[in-house]
This record gives sequence, structure tokens and C-alpha cells, in this order.
Amino acid sequence: MISVLRTRWPLLLAAGVPLAALLVFFALPVGGMVQRGFWPDGRFDPAGVADVLGRARTLRVLWFTIWSAGIATAVAVLLGLPTAFCLHRLRFTGQGLVRALVMVPFVLPTVVVGVAFTQVFGIGGPLAGLHLDGSAAAIVAAMVFFNVSVVVRTVGSFWQAIDPRREQAAAALGASPRQVFLTVTVPSLLPAVVAAASVVFLFCATAFGVVLTMGGLRYSNVETEIYLLTTQELDLPSAAALSLLQLVLIVVLLGIVGRARRTPVERSSSPARRPGARDWPVLITAAAVVGFLLLPIVTLVEASLRVGGQWSLGNYRALGSTGSHHALLVPAVQALGTSLGIAVEACALALVLGLLVSYVVSRRPAGRVGRRLVAAFDGAFMLPLGVSAVTVGFGFLITLDRPPLDLRTSTVLIPIAQAMVALPLVVRTVAPVLSSIDDRQRQAAASLGAGPLRVFGTVDLPTAWRSVLAAAGFAFAVSLGEFGATSFLARSDDPTLPVVIYELLSRPGVMNFGMAMAASVVLAAATAGVMLLVERLRVSSLGAF
Amino acid sequence: MRSSRPFHVLAGLLALGVATTGLAGCGSSSGSTDSHTIVVATHDSWAMPKQVIADFEKQSGYTVKIEEQGDAGELTNKLVLTKDSPIADAVYGIDNTFASRAVDAGVLDPYTPKSLPASAKRYLLPGSGAHDLTPVDYGDVCVNVDDVWFRQHHLAEPRTLDDLTKPAYKNLFVTPAATTSSPGLAFLAATIAAKGDHWQSYWKALLANGTKIDSGWDQAWNADYTAGGGKGTRPIVLSYSSSPPDTIPKGATRPTTSALLDTCFRQVEYAGVVRGADNPRGARAFVDFMLSRPAQRSMPESMYVYPVDKSVPLPAQWAKWATVSPKPWVISPSEITQKRAQWLREWRDLVSG
Repeated sequence: MISVLRTRWPLLLAAGVPLAALLVFFALPVGGMVQRGFWPDGRFDPAGVADVLGRARTLRVLWFTIWSAGIATAVAVLLGLPTAFCLHRLRFTGQGLVRALVMVPFVLPTVVVGVAFTQVFGIGGPLAGLHLDGSAAAIVAAMVFFNVSVVVRTVGSFWQAIDPRREQAAAALGASPRQVFLTVTVPSLLPAVVAAASVVFLFCATAFGVVLTMGGLRYSNVETEIYLLTTQELDLPSAAALSLLQLVLIVVLLGIVGRARRTPVERSSSPARRPGARDWPVLITAAAVVGFLLLPIVTLVEASLRVGGQWSLGNYRALGSTGSHHALLVPAVQALGTSLGIAVEACALALVLGLLVSYVVSRRPAGRVGRRLVAAFDGAFMLPLGVSAVTVGFGFLITLDRPPLDLRTSTVLIPIAQAMVALPLVVRTVAPVLSSIDDRQRQAAASLGAGPLRVFGTVDLPTAWRSVLAAAGFAFAVSLGEFGATSFLARSDDPTLPVVIYELLSRPGVMNFGMAMAASVVLAAATAGVMLLVERLRVSSLGAF
Repeated sequence: MRSSRPFHVLAGLLALGVATTGLAGCGSSSGSTDSHTIVVATHDSWAMPKQVIADFEKQSGYTVKIEEQGDAGELTNKLVLTKDSPIADAVYGIDNTFASRAVDAGVLDPYTPKSLPASAKRYLLPGSGAHDLTPVDYGDVCVNVDDVWFRQHHLAEPRTLDDLTKPAYKNLFVTPAATTSSPGLAFLAATIAAKGDHWQSYWKALLANGTKIDSGWDQAWNADYTAGGGKGTRPIVLSYSSSPPDTIPKGATRPTTSALLDTCFRQVEYAGVVRGADNPRGARAFVDFMLSRPAQRSMPESMYVYPVDKSVPLPAQWAKWATVSPKPWVISPSEITQKRAQWLREWRDLVSG
């Protein structure tokens, strides 16, 4: 045991810091809320919890959660596959730009997307004729909008790495292109499709902002139900029951993802080719998908450039003001500065923790127990992806309320909360690259007398620096648009841009609405700009699960 | 004032460090416990001219730290949850639909400002609650109509709640949801006050008549109302008695919309001292400040509400075009607290069924 400690201390230390963060900033708050639910007056009372699970309404909410997420997942996979093929197996001018554009929806704030979709399906919008405003179909469309990129990135990075010789061999043996696709390509893509679908399902089943703003209230999923039960009714037993239900669902899904994911990424990539005549159907499909992703954004831009029915930059000029009737405590421009600052902090935190987690995950212990432990460790950091932000936010209030950790009114809490949201994405970007390094290189360096840090610096970092940089940009963009967790923490007189957009929307006045549109465009442009820069690094694991 | 960036990352890591090692003493800038700062928990519609607060700070020697905590419901529930270790010294923004919950949970310290104007007394809560929360402002949630639209379509405007269920007004009304919007909840309360035990059948009639339900006031006003954002198709919207002045076109002198004063529910907003506050004296000074003339005068322009102090003059356009309802519908705060969850559950099942 002592000898294990002696050789493994860097690993244990690297695992300890992020685990402690996960415990304090995630497990503790969620545990606190669940405890309040099960022990309402200090006495264990599971009856209230059992009661909520039997309610007809709970079953309806569950059913909507499952079928909306299921359909959204199926559609996202169907649309994502041809797009992944075009962006990762073909080669054409402007491909980098399109790749970055496809990533933008994933990091847009839900507030902005809710508004954009209302503009698209709402009155006077380009798709008003479909009468989908406020329908379940519109909610599903928004879920697809958010998650197509997950399928494109996850499957695309896989597709790139498939050895083309197997397909060529099948073709040489007389298989038609269709047979090659069905018998060689599909089976080798399957793990990636399963992993992507599970993650998308997870995101859709825990969607919050979209369902709340677009579903009105005809539709409620587990996440919005927890929100209503907690913030409006203070019915903690019911909320705790649903939170636990959610946790079970997430653990099951993460288990599927973990099994489907093939750890090492082959860095041999098949050469992309120029599109030929037979690629037209796929290209047209992919173009339609990109069009679908651009439509809400274009609608937003159009709304932001109109003042009183005229084309004008007035809404953008107004961003220097506090809106009509003091709608804002600070000018929107200042909020953008605040957002950028917080994003830098969140990004630094997510990067430090993410590197430590990736380091641990990429070590391959010899024993089965060790491998199991590493897999569990990996999965644990994915949990924050799927737990209700309101549970975590309210949990902060009741658990981090005593010195030495009274962080409730501290401005440190927002970057920390956002870092916890970005952390899984950092790990998913960096860990596969670290795992793909041949362990013998590290052993060689160690046998030549390099310490663990030196090994990391000379073997791991030179290979992984691009993925680290890309992960940093990704974390930055996610933090810039993060609204869910931020909105449940105290909003001081120094709000972030997504919060400002939300506040502008909830005040009357045409000018405030126009400003909200303009601010949304600025935010979308900032996130898109970051994603464009990141895309240039060509890291295939970015945004893949 | 934000501290510098490096400090923050450092503080974040330090917090992690503390968590890891369990050491005491951490560099977080948590709620200050000095006697010069007043931490105020408010709802997220808080707005006040900077100058008014700056003058109060200069006069009193305190620094005011505003922390928005969500809508009135979320604000109240956060205070209830954190009763054992309060998040603020003073609170502003608990309204009459949540007041009883705050009072019953014992999150407030009794305090009645000496400066309480006579015109505010009618809004004091019943029983001991009268000492816990000080009325600061009020607003009427009313159905609004687009006068121009009705003139153009040669249709008589609706006047009462019953009119909204008539075939002439099919598909013309939009309201925010009672579950996700405080004006929406106020409208539900108005219909319950007006219809008593028959409120569910009234809502069935509303829905059968094509009433659209949005999640928030902003969607209803900006997207669906004909006089709001410009593209809407519904000339009847649930909003406030103070909304019409916002529809005065550039260069014109009168609004193009009006509020139906027979359909209103009165929302009253309160301020109070949080029990267990670090700075109770500062909190009391803040409650006094909310009743001061400068603060009361700024209410209409910044928060779209009427000051409780009747002697404070309203802005000219308000005095002319934003009349309050002579007879708003009333339900007692305690009844709302008792039955809210049940009402909302029944209402939710009605509209989503």
C-alpha cells in the first residue's frame, strides 16, 4: 500500500483536487437539496417523495421528457450523419468556416435561442405559416438546433479516423458503394453514433431554458418541473424525488456512453476527397442542415437591424445605454466586458481542473479494479451535465453558507459554477488525445530519470497542446453563453450579457426589445468568433463525446 | 467593484484548496459583515436611478449592495430556505401573493418606519404581518386593448372578464402563464376573485375561445400583442394599468391602447428587515429610504409601479393615461399562500390537458 502511494502520488494528487471541487461545488449542494427533501423537518420522511412519483402529472412530465428527447435525438442523428460526412470526409473551400458555424448553436445561450425560435415560428417570422409557435414540434426543433453539432463532431472525428483501406478492400472484392457503406462503414461508425445519441438524449432530457421559454407551460419536462417545484412552490420533497430520478437516468446514459466510446483516437486520418457527382444528395442534405442552423441566427440579425420598421443601427448604438426606463443597472457594453472577464476566469478554472482529470483518465492502470476506478472517475465529471441547475443553485445557498466557505454572495461563485459546466467538455476534448499517446514513451522518459511532472511536460504536452488550446476556447465560449447556472446565483449589480438580454426582454418598450436582439447578435458573434479561432486548431476531439 | 481577474482565479483555486485540505480562512469576498454595507435582496425587476441611491449613500454613510434573486417567488423562497444564515440585510420585492409565506416562515424582523404615509396603511398585511413588511409601491395587472386595431376593424372593445369568452373576440387574447409569470399569476387571482368556485369553467371558456398562453409577459407583449413589438396579431393582452403610456407614438400625445379597469388585480410590493441580518440598522435605514420622496418619485419611471405615498406627484403622462382601477379584484394574502400550489396545479392541468 505504502509503495503504491510512493509511486502513485502524482496521480492521487491530480485526482484529489478535481474530486474535491466536484464534491464541494456539485455533490454537496445537490446532496443538501435532496436531504431537505427527504428529511423535511429533520425526520426521515420518504412518504412525500413516494407520493410525487405516483402523481399523474409526474408521469405526464416524465413521458414528455422521454418522447421529446427521443424524437430530438433521432432527428439530430439523421441530420448530423450526412453533415458529418461532408465536413469530415470531403474537402471543399470554406469548409473550416462551415465547421465553426455548425459549432455555434451548441454554445449559444438558451435565452437567445428561445427568442430566435420565437422569431422564426412566431408571427411575421419566416416559418409562421407552419403554426408551430409554442408547439411541441418547435421545442423539439430547438433541441435539434442545439445538438446537431454534437453528432457532427462525435461521428465526424470518428469517421475521419476510419482506415479507408477496409472500404477499398470491400470495393475491390466487388461490393457496391451501398454495400460498402452498409457492411463496412456503418458497423465501424456505430460506437460513435451510440455515444453521440446518448449524449444528445442526455442534453435534451435535461433541457431547461428552451422548454421554459418555448413550451410556455403546455409542456413541462423533468427539469422545468423541478424548477417550478423549487422556485415557486418550495415543494422540496417532490423536487428531490425528481432530482434523484434524473440522476439515475444520467448514470444509465453515461454508462452507455462509456461502453460505446472507444478510448484511443487513431491519429491516422483518411484523406478527405473532393466531392464528386455521387455526393450531391449528401451535400444538399448537409446544406439544408446548415441552413436550418443559420435561419434563427439570420432572423435575429434581421430583427436587431430594424428600428420602427426601418433599417438602422440604432439598437447597436443603444447598447451603450441602460435601455429605456432604467431597464438595466449597467450599460449592455459593460455587461459584455463582465461576461468576457468571467469567461476568462471560468476558462482558467475549467482548464486547470480539466487537465488534471484528463491526466488521470489517460493513465491506464493494469488491474481491472484500477480500470473500473478510472472509468467511474471519468463518468463522475460528466454528472454536472445532467443535473438541474436550480438544484445546484439553491443547493449552493443552503450548503456553502458557513465560513470558511460562505461563497453565496461571492462573485467567485459564478466562474466556479460555469467552470463546472465547461469541465466535462474540456475533459472530452483533451483526454482522448492524452490517451492516444503510447505509454511506452512515458515509461522511457521515466526510466531515463524524468519525474512525473517532467514526463508530462516533455511527452504529453507537446502532443496535446493544440487540444488544450481548443478546449480553452470551447470552455470560454460555453462560459460566455452560460445562463442556467448563472441565473440561479445572486445577480449583483454587475450582470453578464445573457442576464442582461433576459432583463431587457422582460421590460416593456420597443427600444429594450431591439437592444435585446442586438445584444444577442453581439453574444452570438463573440461565441462564433471564438469557435472560428478554435476550429483553426483542427482538433478532432473538440465537441465530440 | 470587482476585484482583479488574477485574484479571482486565485480565489477560486484557493476555495478549491480550502475544500481539499479543510483549512480554515479563505480568500473569498463573501457578503460583507461590516456595518457600512447594506446587502439588499431584490427581485430581478429592480431599477432605480443611480443618482437617487448615491444621494442616500452620501446622506446615510452606508453603501448599498443590490443582489437580484429572481422573481418575487424565487426571492421569497430563497429567503425561506436560508433562514438560518441569511443572504441579505434587507429585502425588497416580496409581493402580496408571497407575503404570507415570508411572514409565516419567520424570515423577517418586525419594523414599522415612522415615515409610513397614511395612504400606505390600507396595504398593510393583516395580523402580525403588518409589522413585518412595509408596503412600498403597487401596480394593477389589467387586460389591455389596442384601440387603433378595434377602430380599424369596426369592433366594439371588450370591457369585462366575461367579454373575453365571447365569440366576437375569438383568438384575440394573449396572456402569460400563471405558473411562470407574476402578472400571469395575478390574472389567475383576479379570475378566482371574480368567479369564485367557477373559475375553472371560466378558464375552459377562455381556452375554448382561442386564448393564447405564453411563458412570460415579454413574449405576450413583444411578440403577440398588436401594439407591442409590431408584428403581433392579438389586440388584447394581459399587462398593467401603467402600460398605455408606453404606446404613445413618437411625436404624438396620446397612447394607442388602454387598460380595462374592470379586470384588474392589485399587486403590492413590500420591503422589510431580514431576521438575523448582519446590519439590522442599515436594513431599517434602507426600508425608510424606500419610502423617502426621491425613491417614491422614481418608482413609475424605473419600475412601472405607483408609489404608496399619494402625496408624491406622478409623471405627467401617467397622471393622464395610467389610471389605476377604482375597484380591483381582491384575495387576501393568506388565502393566496394557502391555496396557491393547489390553484396552480389545477390551472396547469387545465391548460396543458
